[in-house]
Amino acid sequence: MTVAWYLVVSALIFCVGAAGVLVRRSPLVILLCLELMLNAGNLALIAFSRMTGTGDGQIFAIIVMVVAACEVVVGLGIIVALYRRRLPIDVDQLRRLHG
Amino acid sequence: MSPTTWAWICLALPLAGCLFNAFVGRHLPGERTAGWIGTLAIGLSFVAAVGAFVALMGHSPDDRTFTSTAWDYADSVGVNAKLTILIDPLSVYMMLVVSGVSALIHLYSCVYVWKDRGFVRYFAYLNFFVFSMLLLVMAGNFVPLIIGWAFVGAASYMLISFWFRRTTATRAGIKAFVINVIGDVGLVLGTYFIVFRGSGSLDFLDTFKHVQAAFPPNDSDLVAGCILLLVGAFAKSAQVPLHTWLPDAMEGPTPVSALIHAATMVTAGVYLIARMHPLFEDATAAADVGTVVGCATLVIAATIALSQTDIKRVIAYSTMSQIGYMIMAVSASAYAAGLFHLFTHAFFKALLFMAAGSIIGAMGGEQSLDKMGGFRRALPFTFACFLAGGLALSAFPLFSGYFSKDDILALIGGEGGWHWILYVLGYLGAFLTALYTFRMIFRAFLGPECKEARELRETGHIAHHEHPFNPETYEEEDTDVGFPGPGHYIAEQQWPMKVAMGTLAIGAIFGGLIQVPFVDDLVNVYLRPDFVNDPTYEKVINGPSDGLVIFGLILSAVIAIGGIALAYVIWVRRPSIAVAFRERFRPLYELSFHKWWFDELYDAVFVRPGATVGRWASNVFERVVIDGLVNGTVSVVRAGSSVVRGAQDGFLRVYAALLLLGLALVALWFLLQST
Repeated sequence: MTVAWYLVVSALIFCVGAAGVLVRRSPLVILLCLELMLNAGNLALIAFSRMTGTGDGQIFAIIVMVVAACEVVVGLGIIVALYRRRLPIDVDQLRRLHG
Repeated sequence: MSPTTWAWICLALPLAGCLFNAFVGRHLPGERTAGWIGTLAIGLSFVAAVGAFVALMGHSPDDRTFTSTAWDYADSVGVNAKLTILIDPLSVYMMLVVSGVSALIHLYSCVYVWKDRGFVRYFAYLNFFVFSMLLLVMAGNFVPLIIGWAFVGAASYMLISFWFRRTTATRAGIKAFVINVIGDVGLVLGTYFIVFRGSGSLDFLDTFKHVQAAFPPNDSDLVAGCILLLVGAFAKSAQVPLHTWLPDAMEGPTPVSALIHAATMVTAGVYLIARMHPLFEDATAAADVGTVVGCATLVIAATIALSQTDIKRVIAYSTMSQIGYMIMAVSASAYAAGLFHLFTHAFFKALLFMAAGSIIGAMGGEQSLDKMGGFRRALPFTFACFLAGGLALSAFPLFSGYFSKDDILALIGGEGGWHWILYVLGYLGAFLTALYTFRMIFRAFLGPECKEARELRETGHIAHHEHPFNPETYEEEDTDVGFPGPGHYIAEQQWPMKVAMGTLAIGAIFGGLIQVPFVDDLVNVYLRPDFVNDPTYEKVINGPSDGLVIFGLILSAVIAIGGIALAYVIWVRRPSIAVAFRERFRPLYELSFHKWWFDELYDAVFVRPGATVGRWASNVFERVVIDGLVNGTVSVVRAGSSVVRGAQDGFLRVYAALLLLGLALVALWFLLQST
């Protein structure tokens, strides 16, 4: 099996994630979609890593997971804070920071 | 101890007194403690100066130059700025005069400003003033000299505007400061010309050693540098045309006037020229400028003093005139004579101011001669002191001023050539001096008794005015901080004033005996090591023939007695003469009364145009150009940013979409490139 298949899957997952970020309004779902995009990247990294036979890509993938975990912690924290303050859970309505 | 150790002590004590009074003074017990501490500091400083003198005299005359360095400010390419003091006969001479007279003035001040709310502040300033002056005269290179020079200016500003709620006083302080800064600039630029165009060293001794080699005689750089130094000297010593601050400086308390005029400030210019004598010997053109300006000042100031009615201003103009003699002498290489006159002048001028302070006290703050009269019997001690000072100032035979002034004029005459003009003008000035001095004495002490004098004589009470007032403008004042305190004192009732004035009176009467022609020559002998390398100095010293000296002494006596007699006729016997003379020679009177219109001239040439430019800059330039530039920049940025701000609409998903789009475009670009 060539690396191309993995890359196709990775690209598909990435596109699904990106589409989700663009079209959904719930911050929770947007976070999920972001995770999809990150893991699509991870998949591509690991595929390349296998192809070249070195461990570099895997290490990168692990670092991306750590970053993703941090990001989820912050993101979920924000969502909980929004909920507690009874603000709308909708990214389109949370636009007080416009220019 | 070595002379330099004594000198450091002499310098440190006034500074210590200043700092102590400034930080601790107001918490001290007792009403006058700060004053006693200030007096003690200066008194001990005088003792240290005497110590330095004794230590110096222990060395042979060829070996009386010492330097000592406390620390380096900077020592790099061509600049060796150190805190060095130079102790030689000249600086010790100045230290003795400055600290000695200042100590007596401090003692006097303990009474004079006793009830003033700013008592402690006053003594902190006064000590600082003496410290600055001592730093100036001890400086061993140009850096401490400039520092001391500027400190003296700052101290005079603080003391002249000591009564800071009195508008006339603050104005006078600003005027003194501005004119002194002109002098500071002259001094700094002169240093630049001499040091960096020639000798290459900031050190005095190095500079003097190299000046002959570095500059040909009357080299333009050296003359320019020396004239700039003279600008500094003129500003400090109140010589025409930078003299206008001195009469205004009378706004300060009377002991401050005594300090400025006798000991600390105006003598700085004379000292500077004497200290820089190797430079002036090499730049005779600059020295001639000094001689002529000194002579012009002594005549101009004497004519002005003839018609002033404020007692302190008369004395102020007489200072200007006497400093003119000194500047003329030291510029014409008669250094010892000029410094001898500085010494005697310090005594009788401080004495005159103190006595004037006593009269002003008796008048309850009033300073106009028009309102005084007949104080002879009410103030016998003050009268005796004023008379001693007045006789010394008028060069009455055997009083101190007689010998010192005559020494100057004999040496000037001995130089021959165009110096004969100065000789004649000098004696004209001496005649005017006798005239205006005794005009002042006769008007204040003789004639019909004014009501204050009668009250004082009959009841022993000093006149007190219902409301305190500004003696210049007669505006009403209070006695709180920033204005003079409620107390008025006369020497007859206060021992510290009496001690100070008595000591000075002895100096004013007998001070001249240290250098009497054909008898003794102490000042010359003492200062000779400083000037021994100057060929001109020796020539000047030996210039006048015995006949000329004797002629001068006789002429001087005749002039002094004639001036006093004329003053007696005009202001005591036939007061109508003064009025008639004033009416007959109206323009002359106006010229004298309006001080030759120097103030009006400067007002028209500098002050008003300056104020106009300032107003235009603040109202037009600032509002239109500066504000226009700043506000224009702001509005351009604001307009630009409002366009860009539209893109930031707050829709997170739009941002994400744009990001993705951009990413996709970049990816597409690379894909297209790679094929």
